[in-house]
Amino acid sequence: MTVVPARAAMVPAGTNAPRLIGQPVARLEDPPLLRGEGCFAGDVSFPHQLHMRVVRAQVAHGRILSIDTQPARARPGVVAVWTAADVAEVPPIPFRATKVQGLEAYCQPVLARGVVRYVGEPLAVVFANDAYAAEDVADLVVPEIEERPALLDAGEPPREFEPGRDTEPTVIRKGYGDVAAAFAAAAHVIELDLSVGRHSGVPLECRGAVARYDASRDVLEMYGAAKKSHWNRDEMARMLGRSPSTFHLYEGHVGGGFGVRGELYPEDVLVCVAALRLRRPVKWIEDRRENLVATNHSRQQRHRIAAAVDAEGRILGIRDQFFHDQGAYVRTHGARVADMAAGLLLGPYRVPAYEVAGHFRLTNKTPAATYRSPGRYETTFVRERLMDAVAQKVGIDAVEVRRRNLVASAEMPYARPLDALGTDVVLDSGDYAGLLGKALSRAGWDDRKAEVARRRASGEIVGLGLGMFVEKSGLGPSDGVRLTVDPSGCIELVTGAGSVGQGMETALAQICGEALGVDYRRIRVVRGRTDQIEFGNGAHASRVTVMSGSATQIAARAVREKALAAAAEMLQADPADLDLVDGRVVRRGGGARASVGLDEVARHLHPSSRYIGRRPPGLSAEGWFYSDHMNYPYGVHIAQVRLDPGTGMVHVERYLVAYDVGRAVNPMLIDGQIVGGLAQGLGGALYEQFTYDAQGQPLATTFADYLMVTAREMPDTVDVLITEDAPSPLNPLGLKGAGEGGTNAAGAAVAAAVDDALGRPGFVTALPVSPARIVAALATARTGAAS
Amino acid sequence: MSEREIVLTVNGVEHRVRVEPRRTLVDTLRETIGLTGTHVGCEHGVCGACTVLLDGEPVRACLMFAVQAEGKAIRTVEGLATGDTLHPMQQAFMDHHALQCGFCTPGFLMLAVGVLERQPDITDDEIVDMLSSNLCRCTGYVNIIKAVRAVAAQGRVA
Repeated sequence: MTVVPARAAMVPAGTNAPRLIGQPVARLEDPPLLRGEGCFAGDVSFPHQLHMRVVRAQVAHGRILSIDTQPARARPGVVAVWTAADVAEVPPIPFRATKVQGLEAYCQPVLARGVVRYVGEPLAVVFANDAYAAEDVADLVVPEIEERPALLDAGEPPREFEPGRDTEPTVIRKGYGDVAAAFAAAAHVIELDLSVGRHSGVPLECRGAVARYDASRDVLEMYGAAKKSHWNRDEMARMLGRSPSTFHLYEGHVGGGFGVRGELYPEDVLVCVAALRLRRPVKWIEDRRENLVATNHSRQQRHRIAAAVDAEGRILGIRDQFFHDQGAYVRTHGARVADMAAGLLLGPYRVPAYEVAGHFRLTNKTPAATYRSPGRYETTFVRERLMDAVAQKVGIDAVEVRRRNLVASAEMPYARPLDALGTDVVLDSGDYAGLLGKALSRAGWDDRKAEVARRRASGEIVGLGLGMFVEKSGLGPSDGVRLTVDPSGCIELVTGAGSVGQGMETALAQICGEALGVDYRRIRVVRGRTDQIEFGNGAHASRVTVMSGSATQIAARAVREKALAAAAEMLQADPADLDLVDGRVVRRGGGARASVGLDEVARHLHPSSRYIGRRPPGLSAEGWFYSDHMNYPYGVHIAQVRLDPGTGMVHVERYLVAYDVGRAVNPMLIDGQIVGGLAQGLGGALYEQFTYDAQGQPLATTFADYLMVTAREMPDTVDVLITEDAPSPLNPLGLKGAGEGGTNAAGAAVAAAVDDALGRPGFVTALPVSPARIVAALATARTGAAS
Repeated sequence: MSEREIVLTVNGVEHRVRVEPRRTLVDTLRETIGLTGTHVGCEHGVCGACTVLLDGEPVRACLMFAVQAEGKAIRTVEGLATGDTLHPMQQAFMDHHALQCGFCTPGFLMLAVGVLERQPDITDDEIVDMLSSNLCRCTGYVNIIKAVRAVAAQGRVA
């Protein structure tokens, strides 16, 4: 018997088109990027452009007494110097609302008004004819600031933000079940105090924005957009009092997104205001020091979590109180990261009762928002630490405690009485225990354990750890795609989604190519341009392949139907006897008999064609896909580490990421997403951290301080297992997003492996893992052994 | 600040340009000469996105002034391909999916080409050391290492 994979059902019946979905085809994006012919924000220039330089606060908290701009204004080549008074009519940066109320008063003005709240906050802007001159002149802007004490710990009691408001804008509360009863009935209660440090996406390309106002067409344009071009355009249009249809954003190449790039920042608004007022193009390119203090931070949370378990280690209830360090202002995500942390903390486990209070608090640090796997990297660390502690308490191993608590595949779809991002948390599909088994088998878990034990006996400090997680992807509500076949047979796919370098053009072209019956290399993907498509929800939250991919399939099938109907006229055939193969409409089983190319069909449907009649012209269609719920990919991370007894450094020897993505459109791209995501997860687990001194001065303002993983720090062996066991029932292709699973459980798995290496369960309580603490622990162990 | 006229030889072509002595090589390549393939990632010599070859040696173009490069043979990513044919290192990066956003890619290409031209018998471990001098935030390096090892194994650069 031949087993036909489920995906075969997705290919149009009777087609013999080559399969594209599931193939690791080469990327469409690569050639210009390899040749140095890309177009990143810094590569965009216009004649007679001005250069903007931002004057930033040098103190973490204080009252602005004055800002002397006269010396700067007097310099040749300086066109304007602005402070808050010059942009008084511009509203603060808005956020994407959820049901959380009362955040508006905490939004950031585009230039500081009266008070500075973090080092790096924009105080003034200088516009000059030359970028070097603008930077020189910015140094001549002298603010006089009366310093106030900086609040740097979100765990401290809130202070006054402004009269009548304190630094805790909201507390996110969620829960269900009888938590008190669960704790009363528990055989054991396990309590932990766990922290995750302050990290950020830190794309290799700093931000950039270039605006120009074309008075001849009354159109304002901004280049350097990314991620959320339509939302940013709509919001900035409102802020500037312009019609959205006279204001367009252009996403070119984007040098990495990771959550932080493409959000709406003060600088985006300022270049647009300046282009309108000064009537010259205005270019702003962030430098790296600015990037590390001005672009969104993320992650920093402290959790006090407790589990009630029965004698066998089955969870009866979880109670969590956490402190989310939002930094100085509410940014574009509002309280979403804290909301996701609260709503998604439980991961793959069955938890009968749950209660969480997430204290969303402001401090005098760079404002925070999302970074790859936001709210999940943090809570997976916390939850998996908790599971390891439960195992320790009841005397079972890390695998067994998870097996006893996993939601079973028979329970899918599994509705938790919780919401996150305003949608009910319904785990749509999954075989968590199945993937755990596959991961252990792929990693050779038992052999690894034996090897680690052997090496430990010979004096090495080695350990194994694992973490399980549930991701979320495919955030709705909608996305659309417009497909057009031009008279040469070339296909243009316009999407409201964006690209931050992940390969979405290739993935969409594969889906389109398979559904339509054309070579994916004949498809040109246009994205991130508000002038090309009216609506779009952008590229974030692992949503593009799910949402725009589904819309692409719908549009491609519609174009295919149109093409077959038109070709039927041309070939005098029944459309049911026709097929579309490699860009030509052919008769099924017709061998070399007459066929027509898509180019000919497009010309047949051209408005000037004598055959067009009264029907709408053109070989094109729109496809829209809607989704009310997110879907939930899931995975397992397994780490093997070796500790250096001299330095306390953690070397990751082997790493496995097993990830079920429902259906893999391009396994090569997914593997790339997972390994790249892992590098960021490991960075957060071991190296990366924004630290501050007692006055709130940031201490990580260069790449010599903010340490990111290099080729040397990657594990000696990285293995990726991509599975398709649980296609999502929420979209026709069964897709789930693949962008964040490589990052999610890295902190959790590394922490467990470090514990194991030290033989100290529960040792790691904070990320990044501190080498100094490891050295101290090893010294204590030696002293203990000697005494 | 007063400008100086210098001649820079980039990818075999001479460019006569006027620059301030303080103007960096990378800004001169990008803004004055128009070769924007070389990228600026940190301006303090850590990330390597601006790596170009100077008389065959990989250097950080953000850490030197244009006036210091006069008289040297400068090679940038724009000079790697021959017409429609990609350089073997570019082809290997494509074949091994060694790039995602592509921002760090020109720096990695120039670094790897420069080192392999001078050291064709480089070992696998030395390749990891060499590549650890540049930063990539997308790929996790595994595929970059594979691509460079493949080119080294075939001896296609020297």
